[in-house]
Amino acid sequence: MQEILTSMLQWLRFDDMESVYLAIPLAPLAGAIVAGLFGRFITRGMAHWVTILGVAVAFVLSLAVFQHHVLEGAESYNGTVYRWLSTGDLTLEIGFLIDNLTAVMLLVVTFVSLMVHIYTIGYMHDDPGYKRFFSYIALFTFSMLMLVMSNNFLQLFFGWEAVGLVSYLLIGFWYKRPTAIYANLKAFLVNRVGDFGFLLGIGAVLLYAGTLDYAAVFADAPEMAEQTMEIFEGSPWSVVSVVCILLFIGAMGKSAQVPLHVWLPDSMEGPTPISALIHAATMVTAGIFMVARMSPLFELSEAALSFVIVTGAVTAFFMGLLGLVQNDIKRVVAYSTLSQLGYMTVALGASAYGAAIFHLMTHAFFKALLFLAAGSVIIAMHHDQDMRNMGGLRKYMPVTWLTSWIGALALIGFPGTSGFFSKDSIIEAVHMADVPGAGFAYVAVLAGVFVTALYTFRMIFMVFHGRERMDEHTRGHLHETPLVVTGPLVLLAIPSLAIGWYTVEPMLFGTYFQGAIFVQHENDVLFELGHEFHGAGSMALHGLTQPPFWLAMAGIATAWFFTLAAPGAGETVKRLSGPLYRMLVAKYGFDRFNEVVFAGGARAVGRLLWRVGDRVLIDGLVVNGSARLVGWVAGRARLLQSGYLYHYAFVMILGLLGLLTWWVVA
Amino acid sequence: MNSVMADLSHAWPEVYILTMACVLLVVDLYLTERFRFVSYLLAQVTLLGAAMLTLGQMGGEGTAFTGAFVHDAMSDILKLFIYLVSAMVFLYARDYLKARNLLKGEFYMLGLFGVLGMMLLASAHSLLMLYLGLELMSLSMYALVAFNRDSPVASEAAMKYFVLGAIASGMLLYGMSLIYGATGSLDVATVAQAVTDEGVKGQVIRFGVVFLLVGLAFKLGAAPFHMWLPDVYQGAPTAVTLYLSAAPKIAAFAMFIRLLVDGLSGLVADWQQMLAVMAVLSLAIGNVVAIAQTNIKRMLAYSTISHAGFLLLGVLAGTPDGYAAAMFYTLTYAIMAAAGFGMITVLSRAGFEAEEIDDFKGLNSRSPWMAGMMALIMFSMAGVPPTVGFFAKLGVLEAVLAVDMVWLALAAVFFSIIGAYYYIRVVKVMYFDEAADESPLEAAVDTRIVVSANALAVLYLGLFPGTLMAICNAALGA
Repeated sequence: MQEILTSMLQWLRFDDMESVYLAIPLAPLAGAIVAGLFGRFITRGMAHWVTILGVAVAFVLSLAVFQHHVLEGAESYNGTVYRWLSTGDLTLEIGFLIDNLTAVMLLVVTFVSLMVHIYTIGYMHDDPGYKRFFSYIALFTFSMLMLVMSNNFLQLFFGWEAVGLVSYLLIGFWYKRPTAIYANLKAFLVNRVGDFGFLLGIGAVLLYAGTLDYAAVFADAPEMAEQTMEIFEGSPWSVVSVVCILLFIGAMGKSAQVPLHVWLPDSMEGPTPISALIHAATMVTAGIFMVARMSPLFELSEAALSFVIVTGAVTAFFMGLLGLVQNDIKRVVAYSTLSQLGYMTVALGASAYGAAIFHLMTHAFFKALLFLAAGSVIIAMHHDQDMRNMGGLRKYMPVTWLTSWIGALALIGFPGTSGFFSKDSIIEAVHMADVPGAGFAYVAVLAGVFVTALYTFRMIFMVFHGRERMDEHTRGHLHETPLVVTGPLVLLAIPSLAIGWYTVEPMLFGTYFQGAIFVQHENDVLFELGHEFHGAGSMALHGLTQPPFWLAMAGIATAWFFTLAAPGAGETVKRLSGPLYRMLVAKYGFDRFNEVVFAGGARAVGRLLWRVGDRVLIDGLVVNGSARLVGWVAGRARLLQSGYLYHYAFVMILGLLGLLTWWVVA
Repeated sequence: MNSVMADLSHAWPEVYILTMACVLLVVDLYLTERFRFVSYLLAQVTLLGAAMLTLGQMGGEGTAFTGAFVHDAMSDILKLFIYLVSAMVFLYARDYLKARNLLKGEFYMLGLFGVLGMMLLASAHSLLMLYLGLELMSLSMYALVAFNRDSPVASEAAMKYFVLGAIASGMLLYGMSLIYGATGSLDVATVAQAVTDEGVKGQVIRFGVVFLLVGLAFKLGAAPFHMWLPDVYQGAPTAVTLYLSAAPKIAAFAMFIRLLVDGLSGLVADWQQMLAVMAVLSLAIGNVVAIAQTNIKRMLAYSTISHAGFLLLGVLAGTPDGYAAAMFYTLTYAIMAAAGFGMITVLSRAGFEAEEIDDFKGLNSRSPWMAGMMALIMFSMAGVPPTVGFFAKLGVLEAVLAVDMVWLALAAVFFSIIGAYYYIRVVKVMYFDEAADESPLEAAVDTRIVVSANALAVLYLGLFPGTLMAICNAALGA
């Protein structure tokens, strides 16, 4: 494998790594430009070939980077590609920081993106916006790569906003659907809230560190930790805490943490490949990546870590609960994504950044798999997404069924799957952490395991097993989806199942992230955990005896009971739990609250300002009022111009007398 | 003999214009209606020749006729602009007059005599020469206003203009006599010497200055001596209004400089105050009352009053920078005014006067190019960058601020904002209203080209004001 890569690079004349780094984001960008701007001149086939080629090149080059940095152990690269502008002491540049953290993100992003590109050929087959779609997802890949490769806050922010923009465009891809437009507007507005915090955080970094370059900022971090700022009189705040919390607010928007999570379930209005790529595997993990990248800052602030862990715990548990009452197959997966993002955030708060990135990676594979499998089901069901109309699909769609099972097992953390290694590590890490809020977080993530298993297998059982509930017409057309769809499923199922075995040791307990992620020694829970780690096999075996496993089993059993064994029992539980059930259906009222208080409030304030401020005060009094006054004066003054000669002469004489008087008096 | 030739050497352009005006008068007698354009050509040739002569003697300086006549950088520049603006006026007026059977040699003859009067004003160095120039110019203008004898409105306007002008001339003359009485001389330099030597003693000389100022203000059209202006501008044939509005302002500026700066600079503290009062009054009346107008000639008349206020601001600053700014303002205003009234003649045709603002409705749909040009002129008059009107106002305001008269600058800006309304209303009418009549424009090609060039000059001077500003500074030693 290595020889092939090396010879390929030589053939491509990429002698130095810098041109490789540059080519990684530019290849998808070129594809996006061709498919987007020149879409009129090319066929549908050319549109998907050119973008797939771009992403494939990026993927191969990412493999080369992985080989260079991880396998050959090259030093991390930090260099400037282009100096945008320089003013005073501030220099704004585009640059790359390539280390092991970047390398793993590159692989995840380009691999999932490539799979999704291929899958899209099948999923969007009949869509009139085919070329536009490929252009968007290639553009997304470019933006995401710029984000993860950045070596400074400005470029990070650029990538951050660019992925947000593409996400907005893709959620509203079917722009004739009112629900899609509502959803993309919602995503955009909610992300604005997060981005505002993020921008303030970057501003604070610039204010206190005087630079936006990662390396320089991290070097300044200890100094920042000792400074305080007083936003309110008499209450000094640690600068680094304020910076970290502001940056994390940005992450909360992008990675959909409570209470800025409301946009993610609605984003399922977009086409399913997008849900897999952007709203499960890559973009939503940008926040997780960012916090891990900023570990030298977060490590200095216990307050920020505590804030992070509590937010993550709330998201992990309570968003999982919502998955229980959903009937839309994509929404179940969406809530599961929210919950899993919560797990990653909890890991960040526990200073187990490695575990967070590890879970990010495994989650990218198995969640993309689950989404694409859901998409495969949706294709077969003629774009019906309601699980109550499914059932027994197993015999019609064996490949989809098998890969979904693999994805589901990975999601609930069944020992041996990739999800097990990452999730179990997070739970253990939280158990050992002593940051304030860790106790609560431990309970939340543990209970979350049961909830995860319950909603996941409720979905699996409802879709693939039991009675066939679809109508006759649909049943007649049920069949396995084509190779462009099942191919990516299989290709994603392999890492979902197996990748944990090979990566758990180096990524969590080895030196993989040395130099990329910084952890204070007393916070280093993974280091502690490492003492108990004796290989992946024994960890899997040990997992069988641990509470998370039994909780997961209990979840599966409960799911089996309510969906297959006693389908009527669910109704009884619904009736008995009354208000609790209604609260879950209402999604804790976040949407209603936002609509009434924020949207309604903003509109009320706007209306007030418009009616009173604009129409009465500004338009009426200031603008029209002064105009009317001038008009009135003009109307009076023109009467002086009577047209009589003697009046004119009289005014002249008066003027003369006036001047003479002035003269004499003066 | 030698001394007469030396005197004449400074005054060749004046001599030439006088001769040619007489030639034109005679030649015109022998022309049939078909060949009337020869008079027009002769007038243009006269102006061109005068321009050559003036250019030829540029750089020279000196006085002639025992100090009554002065030839310096300022007089040369002002004369050149007087020729230029008058030539444009003659061109714009041609088709307008022809369409109304008014194309007669008298128009050009009177016009040339008026030009001669303006030239004398630009070069006057004694009170008597000043008065002569003024009367020569004024009498030509009275006659021109009444040029269309069959129009009662024009006759009424001419009557008003004549009577009020006579009163103003009387006051001016009375002021001159008082100054002569106080200083014993008509020569501007001697008067200046006497005023400086004796200081500001004596009520007599002060009295004289007041009367003098009233006369000057009347000619410039500054409030409260502006009453004649709207009626005359509206009543006169548009071609004549065009003539009145452009070149004579340059002459009036010359008069201010020759009398107040060259002659009475010792009393600057006193006339500064009076000019300030007149400037603010002009700005207020000009800008506010213009809003109530529906006739565009009348509206531009009020606009002239407000521009006179701005011009006064530059003069009253009392510094070489201020004078230079005022000169820049005057020259660019003359160009803008020529373009503005020129545009009205372009829109007019036989039997139709484009006098109302409503006549500009929907001009954009009839002729987008001309609408664009008109918009340019209006923006320049309102003082919107990057047109030259902005830099003219800026220069004047800078001069006023440099002598710490902040309140004056604020008042000027305040009234300019009010004034912007009626200029931009014309733009609005052209672009956003439906045209009342859709007939295409009839103006001749050369007129269109020159009016376009004239309007584009407004933009060009706004983008590159440096050269003209440098010329003004050099002329006034700023």
